[in-house]
Amino acid sequence: MRFMMLVKHAENLSGPPPKELMDAMAKLSEEAVKAGTLVDSGGLAPTAMSTRVRLSRGQVAAIDGPFTEAKEVVGGYAVFELKSKAEAIEGALRFMELHKKHWPGWEGETEIRQVFGPEDFPPKA
Amino acid sequence: MTATDTHRAIDAVWRIESARIIAGLTRIVRDVGLAEELAQDALVAALQQWPESGVPDNPGAWLMATAKHRAIDHFRRNKRLERKHQEFGRELQTQQEMAVPDFDAALDDDIGDDLLRLVFISCHPVLSTEARVALTLRLLGGLTTEEIARAFLAPEPTIAQRIVRAKRTLAEERVPFEVPRGAELAARLSSVLEVIYLVFNEGYSATAGDDWMRPALCEDALRLGRILAELAPKEPEVHGLVALMEIQASRSRARVSSSGEPILLLDQNRAHWDQLLIRRGFAALERAERLGGMRGPYALQAAIAACHARALTPEETDWARIVALYEALAQLAPSPVVELNRAVAVAMAFGPAAGLELVDGLTAEPSLRGYHLLPSVRGDLLKKLGRFDEARAEFERAAALTRNARERELLLDRARACAGSSTPPAEPR
Repeated sequence: MRFMMLVKHAENLSGPPPKELMDAMAKLSEEAVKAGTLVDSGGLAPTAMSTRVRLSRGQVAAIDGPFTEAKEVVGGYAVFELKSKAEAIEGALRFMELHKKHWPGWEGETEIRQVFGPEDFPPKA
Repeated sequence: MTATDTHRAIDAVWRIESARIIAGLTRIVRDVGLAEELAQDALVAALQQWPESGVPDNPGAWLMATAKHRAIDHFRRNKRLERKHQEFGRELQTQQEMAVPDFDAALDDDIGDDLLRLVFISCHPVLSTEARVALTLRLLGGLTTEEIARAFLAPEPTIAQRIVRAKRTLAEERVPFEVPRGAELAARLSSVLEVIYLVFNEGYSATAGDDWMRPALCEDALRLGRILAELAPKEPEVHGLVALMEIQASRSRARVSSSGEPILLLDQNRAHWDQLLIRRGFAALERAERLGGMRGPYALQAAIAACHARALTPEETDWARIVALYEALAQLAPSPVVELNRAVAVAMAFGPAAGLELVDGLTAEPSLRGYHLLPSVRGDLLKKLGRFDEARAEFERAAALTRNARERELLLDRARACAGSSTPPAEPR
């Protein structure tokens, strides 16, 4: 089963993440690569560099960032191939524990979303 | 956390940690069967304690420490192993002295080697192929006996027996827990790759049963391959196998219709191919190439798969290159099945008549006598040449030979389609 993890947090942070956190996250993702489970990941540029193309009330419009009204934005993602959702939750817990340990005061969440695969489209027979 | 949540967490922790724990324990107790029992004991302890105490901060280290204590108890009970016990006690003491908080780091140095040793022992040639597969999925894939049984459509007691016997054989034969060196390495590594690819193929083209694919097995095999690629990064064929599996798996969604019928490669909707897996496959193939791997059978097959993955439409396929790759493969690992595939590529590159000539040379091949793809390919080429009656007979023969119910339907459909064509149409080449 494939899962996408979306890491969300307030955009206006006091500064870059502590080095300890970066190191710990690097080690965690290295372990996941070695375990054959992490298949893709990336950090996202700030919303100041982003654009939303929105359909609303019959109008399509492109709106440039930053999106200051958003309390939390997606800052990064990772794609895992795992045996179960429980495994995804366990991974996300470990990831958030690192933040708790190395970045006091930081708040945010990891949203776990399953990506549908062939097994989710069973033949209609 | 509710008790159900905790149980789910324990399952997940087990899946993530079990291979490392079993590998680490095997190094200490020198018996993979005993190591697995001890790890299982630790799992049982977790199931008893965690719902009360909560999941510990470092669950993997907790399981490892618990298993090690069980190991000490075990050795205490076995006086005859007194000497080993002392060695082991010393090792444990040293590790405890090395600050418990970073238990993992203390183990890190060896854990990769231990895992690799576990891979090699699970795929050891003293075991039957079936036993290697079951043991590898169990010890490295973290699958339960029930899951393995379900994947291979075998009764659970059969798989359980197979695993017990495999562990006993390893103990009786005193198979060392080591990474083979020198000339032995190549042969042993190919046994490991064979086991992984077998698991993948069982998932990719299920040889029996009603399902055309069992995607979970493909994912298990891919995971094992990716682990192995990190453990043995300098072995080109490991990357070749990973590339082959990534690219083949990228087509999973496209190769079955919504009603469950298989869709052949050239008829697939390429928009449904998984670009992430294709990209990973290309990257793995590049690693194999950089390591000089283009003389390995898996890397060559991956290069063939990559030719298809690169073509945005079937017409863009570089068939001449595929023919050349099959020729290289046939020289390296001659087999009638490779010859048959080469014939298909030749037909695509140079026309069905050229392909049929090669296929006709294979019909007397004894090892292909029960192989349904031979009449299937022959039928396809005959049909392209407008020889419909002969084509129909071949498709019917192929249908009678396959053990896969879905594939049989597909072949019978093709046979019926031939019966409907009386005049040779102008077939595009």
